[in-house]
Parts: sequence; C-alpha cells; structure tokens
Amino acid sequence: MSNLLLLRHREIPNLNRLDIYVKNGGFKAFQKAVTGMQSQQVIDEVKTSGLRGRGGAGFPTGMKWSFLPNNLWPHYVVANADESEPGTFKDRELLEQNPFQFLEGLAIASFAVQAHTAYVYLRGEFWQQAAFLDACIADMQKAGYLGDKLFGSDYSLRIYTHLGAGAYVCGEETALLESIEGKMGQPRLRPPFPAIEGLYGKPTVINNVETLANLPYIIENGAVKFMQYGTAKSPGVKIFSLSGCVNKPGNYELPLGATFRELIFGLGGGIPAGRKIKAILPAGASSSIIFADEKALDTPMDYESVPALGAQLGSASVIVVDDSIRMDWLVNKTVHFFRHESCGKCTPCREGTYWMSHLTEKIVHAHRKEDVQLLNTVARQMQNKCLCALGEFSIMAVMTAIEKFPEDFTASKGR
Amino acid sequence: MNQTATKYAREIEDLFAKYPADRKQSAVMPLLHLIQRDFGFINKQAVRDVAEIVGITPTEVASVVGFYTLYHDTPQGKYRFQICNDLPCALRGADQFLAELCKSLGIQPGETTPDGMITVEAVMCLAACDKAPMFQVQGPQGITYHENQTVEGALQLTKELAGKEVKA
Amino acid sequence: MANEITLTIDGKQVTVPAGTLIVDAARELGIDIPVFCYHPKMEPVGMCRMCLVEVGRPMVDRATNQPVMEADGTPKLQFGPKMETACTTPVSAGMVVIGMSDKVKAARNDVLEFLLTSHPLDCPICDKGGECPLQNLTMGFGKGSSRFEFEDKQHNQKHVPLGELIYLDRERCIQCGRCVRFQKDLADDPVIGFYQRGRNLVIDTSSEPGFDSIFSGNTTDICPVGALTTADFRFGARPWELKSAASLCNHCAVGCNLTYNTRREAKSDGNVVIKRAMPRQNEAVNEIWLCDKGRFGYHFAESHQRLEKPLIRKDGELVESTWDEALDMAAKELRAYGFRFVSLASGRLSNEDLYEIKQLTENLHGQACLYSPMAGGDLTPLIGYADPQGLSRVGKGTVIVVAASNLHQEAPIWWMQVRAAVKRGAKLIVVNARSTRLDKFASAVVRYRFGREAEAVLSLVPAAETSGESGKIIAAAENLVVLYGSDGIGLEGSRQVAAASAELLRASNLLGKPGSGLLPVWQRANDQGAWDTGFTPVDDLAKVVSEADGVLIAGADPAGDHPAYAAALKKAKFIIVQEQFLTKTAQLADIVFPVQSMLERDGSYTNGTRRVQRFMPVVEKLPGTRPDYLVTAQVRQKVVHSNLEFISAAQVFMVLAAHLPDYQNLTYATLMETVPQHPILGRSDVYYGGTSFENRQGLGVQLGTAANRRDKYSLPAAPSTQNQLPDLEHAEELMAVPVAELLDTGTITQKSVLLGKRTSTPFALMHPKTAQQKGLAAGDKAKISLAGVTYQAVVRVDESVPTLHVLLPRSLGIPLDKPVLVKVIQ
Ligand SMILES: Cc1cc2nc3c(=O)[nH]c(=O)nc-3n(C[C@H](O)[C@H](O)[C@H](O)COP(=O)(O)O)c2cc1C
Ligand code: SF4
Ligand code: FES
Repeated sequence: MSNLLLLRHREIPNLNRLDIYVKNGGFKAFQKAVTGMQSQQVIDEVKTSGLRGRGGAGFPTGMKWSFLPNNLWPHYVVANADESEPGTFKDRELLEQNPFQFLEGLAIASFAVQAHTAYVYLRGEFWQQAAFLDACIADMQKAGYLGDKLFGSDYSLRIYTHLGAGAYVCGEETALLESIEGKMGQPRLRPPFPAIEGLYGKPTVINNVETLANLPYIIENGAVKFMQYGTAKSPGVKIFSLSGCVNKPGNYELPLGATFRELIFGLGGGIPAGRKIKAILPAGASSSIIFADEKALDTPMDYESVPALGAQLGSASVIVVDDSIRMDWLVNKTVHFFRHESCGKCTPCREGTYWMSHLTEKIVHAHRKEDVQLLNTVARQMQNKCLCALGEFSIMAVMTAIEKFPEDFTASKGR
Repeated sequence: MNQTATKYAREIEDLFAKYPADRKQSAVMPLLHLIQRDFGFINKQAVRDVAEIVGITPTEVASVVGFYTLYHDTPQGKYRFQICNDLPCALRGADQFLAELCKSLGIQPGETTPDGMITVEAVMCLAACDKAPMFQVQGPQGITYHENQTVEGALQLTKELAGKEVKA
Repeated sequence: MANEITLTIDGKQVTVPAGTLIVDAARELGIDIPVFCYHPKMEPVGMCRMCLVEVGRPMVDRATNQPVMEADGTPKLQFGPKMETACTTPVSAGMVVIGMSDKVKAARNDVLEFLLTSHPLDCPICDKGGECPLQNLTMGFGKGSSRFEFEDKQHNQKHVPLGELIYLDRERCIQCGRCVRFQKDLADDPVIGFYQRGRNLVIDTSSEPGFDSIFSGNTTDICPVGALTTADFRFGARPWELKSAASLCNHCAVGCNLTYNTRREAKSDGNVVIKRAMPRQNEAVNEIWLCDKGRFGYHFAESHQRLEKPLIRKDGELVESTWDEALDMAAKELRAYGFRFVSLASGRLSNEDLYEIKQLTENLHGQACLYSPMAGGDLTPLIGYADPQGLSRVGKGTVIVVAASNLHQEAPIWWMQVRAAVKRGAKLIVVNARSTRLDKFASAVVRYRFGREAEAVLSLVPAAETSGESGKIIAAAENLVVLYGSDGIGLEGSRQVAAASAELLRASNLLGKPGSGLLPVWQRANDQGAWDTGFTPVDDLAKVVSEADGVLIAGADPAGDHPAYAAALKKAKFIIVQEQFLTKTAQLADIVFPVQSMLERDGSYTNGTRRVQRFMPVVEKLPGTRPDYLVTAQVRQKVVHSNLEFISAAQVFMVLAAHLPDYQNLTYATLMETVPQHPILGRSDVYYGGTSFENRQGLGVQLGTAANRRDKYSLPAAPSTQNQLPDLEHAEELMAVPVAELLDTGTITQKSVLLGKRTSTPFALMHPKTAQQKGLAAGDKAKISLAGVTYQAVVRVDESVPTLHVLLPRSLGIPLDKPVLVKVIQ
C-alpha cells in the first residue's frame, strides 16, 4: 500500500509493469465503471469530487465532460502530455513510472464520455516515453483492458499515442488538436470549444496527464474519500514540480493547500547555504512573480489562495529564485522562451514577444531606464489582446518583476 | 510509389490504422519523425513524398516541417546535442555548462564539430528541470535524455558516439 | 422577424440577420471597424486583433431569467473585462457595441504599432501606397513615430517570386493569412502556406511550378498590404495615376466583371496601356474573384501583330487597301445573283456584332452558323438558370448536377462557386466518364463510358429504376441546377446531354423556380448571346462551308483549328474575314477587315446564366481598325442599301432589343444599373485608389426564362436510343475524346506573355494501362494519327481515365472536335 495517490511508484517498485500494477489494484476502477456504472454516473462522481484540471487552468473536470453533446458522434478523449512549461516535469515522471494509472484514468474518462478512441499527445522530446507508452498500451490490449467488448460489456476502446515535435504552444488544447490533425500547431478560434468541435471537428475532451491519473482513485473509492484531501474548493492532491534554487528539486505530492514553506523548506530542503529566497514563480515561466516574504511562504498552494498573491497556481511548477539572481536576467530568459514559442498567429504575441525580447536583451546589457519603461508598456500593450493564453502568459513575469523588483532593472552589479 | 512510401510501407500501414480513414493527414508528423531520425533532416523530395502519401500538398507538409523545432530542413551534425538552458536549468548552471561544452568542442552554440558528428544547440525546457544540467541527443536513435550531466561526461559521450560511427 | 437581430453600434441602431458578425453589421451603418485578417468572403479567424471593440450585452438575472433594468428603465448592460474581436463575434439582441471609445482607439493604436514593428515604412515606394489600409490606419490611429528602433527590425527578403505570376515582399507581409486561407478554403489549392513560426513566420510555396493555382491572382487583391503583387503590376504604376474602365472577361461563359486600370505611358509611345485587371464586384456573377486567365490574359490587345489596314486579294496575294475599296469589293461580291451565303461567328463577338452579322445573313438568305461544339442554347431561354443571385448564394436545399464538364478548367469561377455552395449545404452530383476536381465534394458520382453521357444524366431521373442514391438526392431537391459542359463530347454528344439535362429538370418538376435550371458551360463568353441572336452550330461545318459561294467569318479561326476546315474554306468561292490578327483563316480570305479588340470598344455579352452585361472601351483604338458591328453594318449598307442608322454600339443594341423579345426593354442604361451589394466590400479594408471592388458601372440584367414567366414552351424529346459505340477491346485504335484545358493556346491567351509560361503543351491523357499497351509511359511523346495527319503529344497518365481512351485537349494544336478513333503509337 502507498500513502501517495499519484506518485505511488515511489513506494511500490516496478509499478510501471502491468502485472505489478494489476496486483496493486490496477484497473479495478475501470472495470467498476464499465461494468457497474452508467457513463453519466461516472461524470457525476467526478463532478462531485471537485477534481480540477491539473494542466494549468484548473477547470472542473466533470463539468468539462458534461459539455459534450450527445447528438454528435464520435467523441474523442485526448490526454495532454505535452508538458512544456518551463519548470514542469511531473507528467513525465507519471508516464515513465506510473503509466498504467494514467492510462486507466484515460480509459475511465473515455468511458465517461463514451469515446471509443483516445489519443495521448506527447511532446516530441518524449520519444522514449512514447515508445514505452506504446508498449504499455500493447500490454493492456493483450490483457484485455483495451479493445472490443471490455469486461464483457459492449464498450470498446483504443488508445494511440501521437508525438509532437517541439512546440510549447501545442500544450494549448486547440493547437494540440491541430497538431494531431497534421497541421502547424496554431490555436483555433474559440468558440467553438473542443467540447463541441474538437478533434476532426468532433466533440472532444482534453485532459492533462495528472488530472487523468486521479480518476482511478476517485472511481474506486468514491468522491467523498477523494475530498478528504486538499481544501474545500481545491480538493485532492497535487504534484508540485520544484526547481530552481533549492537543495532538493524534484516532484512532490502534497495535498492542495499545503504551503510554499512546506514545499520549499520542508520537502525541498531549503535554499542553498548562504543565500536567501527572493522570489517564487508558482506556475513556471508563465507565472506572475511572487515576492517571497513570510506571508507568501505561508500561503496555501491552491487555486484560491495563490491568486490572492497576484499569481496563479497553474500547473504548480514552482521555480524558486534566490538572492543571487537578478530579475532583468530572469525575465530575459522567460521572454526569450515566449518569443521562441510564439506560434505567430496573432499580432500582439508574435510582435510583442519579439519586441520584448529585444528590449530585455538590451536591458541586461545597458539598463537604460527608457528601455525598461518601454518594456513595461509593450507588455501592457499586449495584455488582453492575444488570441490564446501564451501571449497573455508571456507578460506576467515581465510586469510583476518590474513592479516588485525595480532595482534589478537599474543597478548594474550582480548576475 | 515514391521512395519514402516504399521504405516505410509497414510503418505507414500502422500509422494509417491509428487515425480515421479520411484523416490520413494526421500521419504527417509521425512520418516526418521517421525521416528525421533516419536522415538527420527532411529534404524537399521527402516533403513531396510525404505529401503524396497522405494526400496533401507539399506546401502543407513544409508548413509542418517549418513550424516544429525537432524537424530540420537542412543537414547538421549527425548527433544534435540539445542543451536546455531555459530558466529552471539556467538557475542550476546550464548556461555555464553549455559554454564550457562548446569551448571544449571548439564550436559556438548552433555549430557543428568539423567531423560533422556533433551539433550543439541551446533549446527550451525539456521537462527535466530538477536534473540540470541536462541535454537530449537527437540522432539516428531518435531522442535520448541525458540528465545530471557534467562537461566531462558529455565529452565522453561525444567520443563514444564518434567511436560507434567509426566501427559502423 | 425571428431571425433578425437589432443591436446598437456607436449609438446607432441596426437590424441584421442572425449570425451576422459585428464587423459586418457595422458596415451596414457605414461604420468601418478596421480589419486586416477578416475578409467577408472567408471564415473569420480573429488573428490580427485589429478589430477589437467593447461589447456590452443585456444583463440577465440568473434567478428569474429576466433582463436587469437600470433606474431609467433601460436594460442594464454588462461589458466583459476584455475587448472582443468584432470580426468573430456574432451579433445578439440588445447588444451594444462601442467601436470608438478611447479604450478602443488605444487598443487599435497598440495593435497597429505591433504590426509596424516589423513592417517597413516604405510607403512611398510600395505598390500599395495610396491604397493601403495599413497606411491609412496608421495615419488615423498611429502613434506617428515608431518607438521600435529601425535597426531592431527584422529584415526580410523583399522580392520573392512565388511563381512567375505572383511576387511576395516578406517585409511587408503582416501574416494575416488571407492569402493562405483563400487558397485553401476557396480555391482548394493550398499551395502557399506559412513557414516557420512566431516572428519568423513567412509565406512560402513548395508547389511546382511555384504558386501553382489558376486562382493565384486573387490573393493580390485581398492582401491588405503590398506584400503580394502580380508580376504584371509590380512597380508598374502608382495607384493614383491610374484611370479605370469597366469591362468583362471574355474567356468563358461566367462573364466575370472586371475593371482595367490604365495609364498613358511614354514607354508605349504615349499610348494608354493597361496596368492591371481587377475584379469588379458582381455577386450574381463572379462576386469578387477572377481566374488567372481572366486577370492576366488581356495582353492580347498589346500584341504587335495586330492588323491595322484592310487586306484584299489581288492576283492571288493579300495586299493592303483602303476601307472604301475593301467595303466596295465586299459588297460587289455579295450582291452576285444566286449567292449562297454562310456566316460563321463565335461567342467571342458581342451581341451587337452578332446581331449585325445575323441581319446581313438574313438579307442574303444565308445561314448563320455558330462556331461552337456545344448545343442547347435554344433551351436556355426556356429553362435556363436564371437565379438573380447567380451561383453565389446557392446552398442547402439545392442539388447541383455537373455533367460532362471538367468545370475547374471550363469555368473556374463557377467551379469555385459550386464548391462553396457545397460548403453551404448544397448537394452535388458529378456525372462524368472520368474523375474531375469536383468529385471529392460530391454526394454522388456517376461514371459512364464516353459516348453514354446522356444516358448517365437520364439515370438520375428520380423515377427511373436505375437512379439509385443520386435519384434520391434529386427527389429531395428544393432546387436543381444542371450544368453541362463539353468534356469528351462533340456537338452531337452535347445535343444529347442538353436534351437529357432538360428532361432531368422537367422530370424533377422544378422548372420555373428561379433557383433551378439549365446552365451550359459555354466555351466562349458570348455563346449564349450568339444563340439568342440566331446563330446555331452545324453538324458538318466543313460541308456547309465548302458548298458556300461566300463566307463571312468573324471571331473565329477555323482554318487554324482544323485542317478539314482549312480544306473546306479553300473550296469556298469568296471569303470575308473580320479579324484582329492574320490568322490561318485570314490568310485564306479574299478580304480581311481589321477589327478592334473588345478592349478598344464597347458592347455587351450575355453570359451562361443569361445575364446581359456591358463592357466599355478601355484603351484607345488601334488606328485603322473598326468594331465588328460597324464593319458588318457598312458592308450591309452597301449590299442592301440599308441606311446606316446606327453608328454606335448603343444604337445597335437598341435595334437588337426591339427585335429580340427576350431583350425587350433593355438599353445600355438599364445594363448600367446597380443596387447595393452584400457583403459590403471595397471600403477602407479592401479598397483600391482610383478603382475598387465597387461596381458603379452596372450589374447587367438577368433575362428570365419562359418557364419563369409561365409561358408555354416545349422541350425536345429526351434522347432515347442508346449510342452505338465501337468495341474498343478488339480495335487497334483508341477512342480519342476532346477535353478543355483552361490555359490553352487559343488566339487570345497565346498572345499573353505572362500566361505563356503556364500554357499547356499538347498532351495525350490516358490510363497507365492503355499507355503501357501502346508501349508508352508518362512523359513520352506519342504519335497520334487523325484523318491522315500525325500529331505529337506528351503522354500523361491518370488512373481515372477509362482504358482504351485517350483524352486530347482542345485548342492545343490537335484538331479534335468530336470523339473519333485514332491510332496512337510510340
Ligand atoms: C500556451 C499553453 C500551454 C499549455 N501547455 C499545457 C501542457 O503542456 N500540458 C497540459 O496539460 N496543459 C497545458 N495547457 C493547458 C491546456 O490548454 C488545457 O487547459 C489542459 O490540457 C486541460 O486539461 P485539464 O483540464 O486536465 O487541466 C496549456 C495552455 C496554454 C495556453
Ligand atoms: S497568443 Fe497568439 S501568437 Fe501567441 S501563441 Fe497564442 S495565438 Fe499564437
Ligand atoms: S482579428 Fe478581427 S480583423 Fe483580424
């Protein structure tokens, strides 16, 4: 048995083998759903559990499923394993170490919306993980967990992997769908939302890997048990990817609502000797920057409390920054990332990230006040005008860094 | 039948089985991955071949090649060492790692060693932020991750790869 | 009405159909919300972010579902936190749109400034300078000076030829994607696309030849900046120096409305020359599109080989003469007693020309022959397709049958419209012996053996036992449009197909409904006008001509097209030719009158839907030339001493209208009438200095049909007998059938240098098996013997061509006017 919900493989060796996974209760939940529940019951159970998407937006999962119209078929489910946000590396661990729990979750989601085909979209760099997942899927097929007439029912399901090829924006769900369709990964206009017109124009659910990995527990043990973890509005556990200036970076599973302090100074082993914590990016490069004072450190990490600090929990990729780091250097890094990853479809993001990156390059070298001011206005000029969230994300670190650490943009000492 | 279709006849059949019959275009990316792995880049003929196989125009295939960073339209070193120096890795010394590795190989980031074996490039986050410095190698074996790296270890790897080539 | 929605934009109320986008609703009020990526003819994508507006919607109380009211009794409005793109947001009841607040203006400034960070500020040397929405908006909203330092700008290639016809300036491109979307969504030729991503995004092509699409020129019209230009117009002129003249395309039966931009040029000896052809909006005809043949094909008139003096035969030689001498000579010959007269004219001529020739022919008790391999022009006045909207609005409920036509090549704009109609919900049935580019959009495809096209059409009749799936589709039709062309058939085949199509329409009981009818895909712009003025094609033209004492030929080069006609003409006693060039036929003439091209004069054409439309003089007439109608009228005056009461095209048209019942009440003035068209185009987003899409010169008049008017009429009997077809299995020969090729070498396109490079070479299209049987492979040169002469053609193979057949293009040097058996060898 394990005390962990998602990172169970850390306590159960070889959980990424089908026999071991089955021995440890694997596929009971899927079987229960298929043989003992109506698909609507599965949706209702997940709704009740209050599970929210772990891909970043935190949208209630059960509600998302209920948007699929029942007069348009087929339905598709797509697992989002694009994991490209700087600082996020949780899905990769699940794919490598606990793949069957994720795949079981995907199967449950597919049953819930009566999809018979599901795709796993992996970022192209996950070449080996995709090959491994293909093998896992083949094992499941052989063992009768995928294919026709599952568990003697009329339900059939097939799962396929699809590799991206290097594009952060393909984590955005509509760009992801374009990519599966064999096109450039540019986001689509919404509405129509994927729930109505998704993959191949059909109703589609897109869920993050971690989101899906929660489902076997919820179905097997019921929503109520799941809700004993986390907070009332953010129930459950969450994998926090901890990186940056900490002694023990890595993935940590904690109930939602655990504080930054517990993560960074507890599990994460604190800040390297002789340095002090300066800032936190709770949601990767897309984050607003949190000034790491005592109040911030004691803030619970959940979907309600983090926004109170002017940031988002996002995918909970907590990047820790210590006092050896200058913010001009940092935003130059994040802006460079967004400029590189902007898909180019909409004007503000395409041109704005390009312009901002010119400015941050200049700033780290010359620290001219007018450049900093201009950077700030260009960021604001992009705000609320982009077609997708990538462009909106790209300005968060910039605006908050200039606001909270103005001295880092003028002084010329340091990193 | 074009050469690509002949070479990958079995893979193409498997790929088409993954997607709805009228959505062959979905097989574009996996096909390009095969070509990229085997040839190190995707030339114009391959673009035309793929277009023919899935029934779209070469222009549409080229759009895909151009958009995604793992497809290359020009040949480079046989092994591409793609070092993540994005924010989290950089906070753990990735920039220095990159600089030192390049110095040891006598090239600049983005360049290829004179023997044509190794290209070193800086890339965006690879989802291995807790194991920096790290890089992936893109080459004839597909893509492999190398984590918690030292410059010495990386150099050793370049030698091993070069040695393998000599033997082969 | 329930599907009408009232909203307020900038304080003004407007009522529009449900589903209308804010941006289009605003246009109805005369408010132009700036757009770059949006184009009313394409699906919105919302990518340029230029059209941001504030949108308020009436607040609804969640509990009671009742609107929340302000204290003053007006509905309380809820504005979202973000501005919305007017190009993607459909209107809703009670919506309030603010398009001119400071917030909105600031947003537009912001987006504009972003666009300009990578856009060169080279307006003074840009082709689009003076007609550029980006330039105009920059004046209107721009910050005046760029805060983005010039050296930071990305410098891109400036003159990238995407093909021979279209050039791209990558610096000017603002990545709005209109061109890419047009090519994919409307032209179905996704041969240009984006390459790379982010700020590196560029437009590129990987097709061979580059930008391989017969619709490519349209992208230069819809490009909102000067990034895409035609090889033709590039650096040719500044928009404000241009004059414009309304004209029609004369290449096919669609009758596209266009505008020629002209300028007087020193390098052309101070003559007025055409700088470009631009579409003129006519929603009932071509909307705002042109195919490349129409756009680039006008160069014929510039050719230096034009005839400028009449020629008469003296001592066996053609020598130059005066007009008087030539006219006198013509009159003298034609007055001979017992003279058997034949006139041969084509739909290249205008109604006025044809009417005059017909009059002369009647005076001489002769026969007026139409130079065309297609029949059915007598049916169109009865049951033609007479929807006042043309094909541009066809959608759900309508079934379109395309029979024996390779529409993409025969009438490109109709092809585009049929495809768009299918997207809007129309059902398409394609009836052809081989696959064509419409098949993939069809609900049903009916194949037949060449020679059995009429039967195939009749098999669709809902009652017929054989009609099957397609019969069911037709039985459910609210409207039925049958287009038939000339793919693989000659005149006799065409006659059968026309009759069968008429029968299909009759059997479906939809005759007389404005959205239903017969639409022949004529080969020439005014074939319908020729039928209407009394010309008919004849089965054995060679025989008719060879037995004539005198022949008048206008707008046709039979001797150039077919050796049999050349031989026949040599037997005719006396030949008058009205021509622009010294064609093979002219070389055989006794008198050649040099005539004006349509660009030098006015006139009218009647298109395939029987819309009568005017064209105006565009360039100065070539000295020494006269319009066809005048030449014929002058001959006639001398022959029958008619008084030459008409000297202008308008006057000829008046007489014509008085004599042809269907044309009653038409005058040049009525042809010039316009009504407001939708969508509203040609204002600030897509406007052109000096010209525009805007059609101020007339939309033409749609003639009704006898069926529409509920007049009495009778249709020909449906073809009943089954054609006897040779047993090809055991024959040594192959069955050769003629097919249409858009970029052929007809007298007109040949002379257009730009298109010359795209012009096809003679080819022989066959099934690979058939080729193999004959020891041939794709790319080989095949020898084809036809009536004793051997022609060479490059072999092309296509699995969809029936075996034992060979398809030969018309007007590419191989004279094939109907299916015949030919020998094909290596
Ligand atoms: C630019 C961008 C990148 C994203 N990247 C990812 C990603 O790598 N993985 C992911 O699961 N969601 C990503 N998302 C969020 C997805 O669009 C989507 O909300 C999510 O996959 C839904 O799954 P969930 O409801 O289970 O969280 C991204 C969103 C944006 C705008
Ligand atoms: S914000 Fe715009 S340019 Fe940026 S990734 Fe999204 S759609 Fe593409
Ligand atoms: S976003 Fe509306 S016109 Fe481009």
